Amino acid sequence: MFELIGVTPQALFGQLLLGLINGSFYAMLSLGLAIIFGLLNIINFTHGAQYMMGAFVAWMLLKFLGLNYWWALILAPVIVGATGVLIERFLISRLYNLDHLYGLLLTFGLALIIQGVFRNQYGSSGLPYEIPEILQGGHNLGFMFLPNYRGWVVVFSLVVCIATWLVIEKTRLGAYLRAATENATLVGAFGVNVPRLITLTYGFGVGLAALAGVLAAPIYSVNPNMGADLIIVVFAVVVIGGMGSILGSILTGFGLGLVEGLTKVFYPEAAATVIFIIMVIVLLIKPAGLFGRTA
Amino acid sequence: MSMPAETLDDKAGGAALSTAPASSRRLHVAIFAATAILVLAAPWMVYPVFAMKVLCFALFACAFNLLLGYGGLLSFGHAMFFGLAAYVSAHLAKVGAFTLSFGRFGAFEVALPPLTPELAILCGTAVAALLGLGVGLLAIRRQGIYFAMITLAIAQMIYFFSLQAPFTGGEDGIQAVPRGELFGVLPLSSDINLYYVVAAIFMGGLLLIYRIVHSPFGQVLRAIRDNEQRAISLGYDVNRYKLMVFTLSATLAGLAGATKAIVFQLASLSDVHWTMSGEVVLMTLVGGMGTIFGPIIGALVIVSMQNYLAFIGAWVSVVQGCIFVLCVLLFREGIVGVIAKWLRRPL
Repeated sequence: MFELIGVTPQALFGQLLLGLINGSFYAMLSLGLAIIFGLLNIINFTHGAQYMMGAFVAWMLLKFLGLNYWWALILAPVIVGATGVLIERFLISRLYNLDHLYGLLLTFGLALIIQGVFRNQYGSSGLPYEIPEILQGGHNLGFMFLPNYRGWVVVFSLVVCIATWLVIEKTRLGAYLRAATENATLVGAFGVNVPRLITLTYGFGVGLAALAGVLAAPIYSVNPNMGADLIIVVFAVVVIGGMGSILGSILTGFGLGLVEGLTKVFYPEAAATVIFIIMVIVLLIKPAGLFGRTA
Repeated sequence: MSMPAETLDDKAGGAALSTAPASSRRLHVAIFAATAILVLAAPWMVYPVFAMKVLCFALFACAFNLLLGYGGLLSFGHAMFFGLAAYVSAHLAKVGAFTLSFGRFGAFEVALPPLTPELAILCGTAVAALLGLGVGLLAIRRQGIYFAMITLAIAQMIYFFSLQAPFTGGEDGIQAVPRGELFGVLPLSSDINLYYVVAAIFMGGLLLIYRIVHSPFGQVLRAIRDNEQRAISLGYDVNRYKLMVFTLSATLAGLAGATKAIVFQLASLSDVHWTMSGEVVLMTLVGGMGTIFGPIIGALVIVSMQNYLAFIGAWVSVVQGCIFVLCVLLFREGIVGVIAKWLRRPL
C-alpha cells in the first residue's frame, strides 16, 4: 500500500504524529480562546504571546532557579495565568461595556508589547530547552519510531483538554461558568461573584495557553515569535470549529493538526495554507462553523 | 454578557452626525482646500520621499477607515490588498510578462513588455479589487470578531502565497522597480514629478471616499453599522452593501499599495504581513475612526514616529503596542475625533 502512494510509512506516521502534536496545541489554544470568548466576549489576541510566555517562563525557571520541566509544567501556567489576571483586572475589565472590537484591539496591542519586549531581550534566534531525562529516547513501534516526548505531549494535552471539558460540564464551578456565559446579570443576581468568575476564567484560559507553551518548549526552540504566527492559525481553527462547543474546539484542533500533517506528506507546498483553505470551504458550506451555534 | 453595548459609532467622534449640513459642508470644503495647499507645499517643507510615504499610508488608512469607521467592519487583513497590489504593480512595471498557470491544464503566457507606471498601478489596483470581492464574499458571512479573524486568516494565506509564488522574489521581494515615465512622457525618476503624481492620486482617493461617505450609499452604510437588524427590516440588502464597501475599501487600499511600490521601487513581504494590517488599524485609531480626515493625521503621526524613532530599532513595535493600549483605554475618539467633538461638527 505504501509503495502505491509513494511515501514510506516512517514519513507518513512521523508527519501524522507531528500533526497530532500541532493539533494538541491548536486544541489547547482554541479551547482557551473559546472559554474566554464565552464569558468575556472578547477575542484574546494576546493568546499567542501568552503561549510564548509559557515557554519562556519554563526556560527561565530552569536557568535562574534550577527548577526542572515538571516544576515548569505546574508553575509556568500559574505565573502566566497570574499576569493574565492582572491584565484582566486592570485593562480588559475597562472595556466590557464597549464594542467587542475594542477588546481585540487592546489585546493586539498587548501582544505587540509582550512579543517586542521578549524579542529585544532574547533576540529571535530561539533558545534550546532540553527534553526531561525520563522522556528522552523513544520506542520502535514497527511501522514507525515514536519519540517518547512526542507521545507524552499528545497524551498529556488530550488529558488536559478532557479534564477541562469535565470541569466545565460536570462541576458546580463549571455550571456557574456556563450559566454566566448565557446570562451574567442573572447569575450575579443569584449571588455569584461574576467579576471574580470572569477574572478567574481569563486567568485559566491564559494558563492553558502557557501550559501549551511549556509542552512546546522542548519540541520547538523557545522563541519570541513562536506564538505570533500560531495564533493566526488558531483563529482559523476557531472559525472552522465555531466557539459554541468545548468538545468541538478540542476535536477541531486535533483533526486539523492531522490534516496539516497529511498535507505535509502529500503536498508540502500547501502545508502552511491548508487550514486557511479548509476555513474558506467551511465558510462556504457551513458559515457558522462545524460546531457553531448561529449567533 | 448582556451589558449595554456601546457601538463603535458612539465613540467615533463626529461620525454620529450623519448628513453634513451646509455649515459642515463649508467647513469640509475649507479643510479640503487647506489639505490641498499643504499637500502642494509639502515637498518644499519636508523630504519628498517622506511626504510620499505619508500620502501612500494616508490613502491606505482612509480606505481602511471607509470600512471600519463607516461600515463598522474591522478587517484585520487589509495588508493583503495593499501588499498584493504592490507586488502586481511592481512586477508589471519591472518585468511585464506573466504566466497564468492552470495546474495540469497547462499555462497561459502573457508576453507583455514592462508597463508604464500608471498602467502598472491600475492593474495592481484591479487585482486588489478582485481579491476584495472574493474575500468580501467570504468574510461577510460572519460578523464582529469572526469577521476580523477571517480576514486575518485569509491575509495570512496571501502572505504564504507571496512567500512561495515564483514572481514575488520570496524573501527579497521585487527590488529596483523602475519608476518609468508617466504616460510614456513624464519621467518619474525626479522626486518632485513623482510627488505630484502621488499627491494627485491621494487627493483623488480622498475626494472619492468623501463622496462615497456622503452619498445615499454612505447613509445606508451607516444605518447598517448602527443597527443592522433595523436596516434589514427596512428592506435593505445588507450583505450587498457590506460587499460593496468591502470591495471599495480593498480597491483603494490596493491603489495605495500599488503606488507605494512605484514610489519606493520595492514590493516586499512586509507589505503583506499582519503587522502591516495592524499598523493601518493603529493609524485609523490614532487619527480617529469614522472621521474623513482622521486617518490622514493618524498616518502622519505613525509614519513620522517610525521615521524619527528608527534609532530605537525593534522597540518601535513595543511603542506601537503601547499606543494601541492607550488609545483603546483612554483615547477612543482619536485626534480628529476629539477636535470634531470640540467643534461639534463631523470632520
